Amino acid sequence: MKITAIALNTFKEAIRDRILYLLLFFAVVSLIFSRLLAILAVGDRVKIIMDVGLASLSLFGALMAILMGTSLVFKEIDKKTIYTLLSKPIHRYQFLLGKFFGLILTLLVMLFLLSLIFIVIVLLHSGRIEWGMFAALAFIFLELCLITAVAMFFSCISSPILSSVFSLSFYLIGHLSWGLETLLNKIKPGFGKTIAQVFYTLIPDLENFNFKTEIVHHLSVPPQVFLYSTIYGIMYTLFVLTAAMLVFRKRDFA
Amino acid sequence: MENALKITGLFKSFKSEFLRKNIEILKGISLSVKEGEIFGYLGPNGAGKTTTLKCILGLIFPDKGKIEILRLPYLSLKAKARIGFLPENPYFYDYLTASEFLRFYCQLHQIKKADIEEKTSTLLSLVGLEKSSSLQLRKFSKGMLQRIGLAQALLNEPELVLLDEPLGGLDPLGRKEIRDIIVRLKDEGKTVFLSSHILQDIEMVCDRVAIIVSGQIINQGRLYDLISQKILFTETTISGIKEEELKRYGECVSSYGGRTLVKITDEKKVEKILELAHRKKAEIHSLVPRTESLEDLFVGTVKQE
Ligand SMILES: Nc1ncnc2c1ncn2[C@@H]1O[C@H](COP(=O)(O)OP(=O)(O)O)[C@@H](O)[C@H]1O
Ligand SMILES: [Mg+2]
Repeated sequence: MKITAIALNTFKEAIRDRILYLLLFFAVVSLIFSRLLAILAVGDRVKIIMDVGLASLSLFGALMAILMGTSLVFKEIDKKTIYTLLSKPIHRYQFLLGKFFGLILTLLVMLFLLSLIFIVIVLLHSGRIEWGMFAALAFIFLELCLITAVAMFFSCISSPILSSVFSLSFYLIGHLSWGLETLLNKIKPGFGKTIAQVFYTLIPDLENFNFKTEIVHHLSVPPQVFLYSTIYGIMYTLFVLTAAMLVFRKRDFA
Repeated sequence: MENALKITGLFKSFKSEFLRKNIEILKGISLSVKEGEIFGYLGPNGAGKTTTLKCILGLIFPDKGKIEILRLPYLSLKAKARIGFLPENPYFYDYLTASEFLRFYCQLHQIKKADIEEKTSTLLSLVGLEKSSSLQLRKFSKGMLQRIGLAQALLNEPELVLLDEPLGGLDPLGRKEIRDIIVRLKDEGKTVFLSSHILQDIEMVCDRVAIIVSGQIINQGRLYDLISQKILFTETTISGIKEEELKRYGECVSSYGGRTLVKITDEKKVEKILELAHRKKAEIHSLVPRTESLEDLFVGTVKQE
């Protein structure tokens, strides 16, 4: 109940943020752009719409998660609203979880709105519903949960700007980590390689949540893969959240 | 009488931004607040009052020292469920209305849904904000924020209320209203701990005080033990008697419009001057015995430092 109350208040706060609507606007623009692109392109137009559309949802969702996730906790400290909040009978981890779920709820609503537009565009073009899309969208959401946790973790240890930079790097590296692996094989053994290896192990492979190609091209995905990705996402999110709570537990709000 | 709050040997230092040097802010604070009293925590700006309160509430962690709230470990939820806190210059979620805000905090106290509405409106009228219940907090003046801050601190009917500069930024009427609420809390049997750098605010309500100067408690005790009740001098304004004559009784400080202000240090001469006035059918406009005020004590101890 305490966590729910904080989450709902966070939601109320988050949906007032102008940045959210700016990103929502750009996401809609890029969805419409995907439609225009499809008209100009040769080849399977639905595939282009779906490819570009899902990519925009993932990117703009991630930007929302990062920009809001790094500022929400900071705002409470900066505006000193945290003073009375933490003097109530709540644990600090409950505060952090409340913030987390509030933001997740916000992202869920945003993703829902964008998905609706996306599905309508696809429907208008192809005249049929691609059921696979829903799986792709679900995994985008799972990825957003993980990114939110990461953004909140960074915001517990540094300023909003720095933590946005860290979280954005995390997102980019996470999606390029197959590249990192190739790179890793080329580095000569030594200190540099160890560092790179640590990075590679720590940063999750966000491509695990990317089912765009499979779904757009109607490739079959074995259920184990979905299951693996789900467990992977949940475990990783829990891990990052726990780390954030541990850091937050001992922090001074001076 | 049991202690509502007990602090022993509290130390806290901050790292300065510059050179990361450690600056000691609290240098071994010890104090105890008895149940049912109004305790004043007095000190000039920057003495460490807010820092002490932040330690008590677990917002910052002391380097050393022990804190007990209502004989419970101070960080426990049980302790927090029984206290209320009003921070200095409070600021709250500006997008919520006054009653939305109180309802939100009711939930954190796990107040039953059925009781929330009543609780909210009772408290809003206690602090005189019943007309502003659906006004967004962004539109609140400083004084109104102070009041809603007090309301949120009292939601759980706390046994111990901690107030950081509760009268700060209020006009005289507002100060009186908040002071009345504080006195009422005491009458209801609650313990009040309030910090201030303004002595008059504390003088009128506090049973006991602790004086903190640069992170150290320099004096602590019953207000009237710290301040001597001895009459230092008496001031009187008289008209109808010549200044030359009055000079024999005391110092003529000023005269204006036929009235003379006389400062009398010898208590026996007070009686004499009254007799004189009676004989000469002169008029006495005022007669005020001056005792040592907290102000004098405060200035005295701060100077000693
Ligand atoms: N986070 C901080 N970092 C460094 N110094 C601080 C910090 N917070 C407070 N101080 C310093 O601690 C001293 C005491 O501050 P404070 O407790 O707010 O005083 P008071 O409430 O008595 O006016 C001040 O000199 C202030 O500058
Ligand atoms: Mg202060």
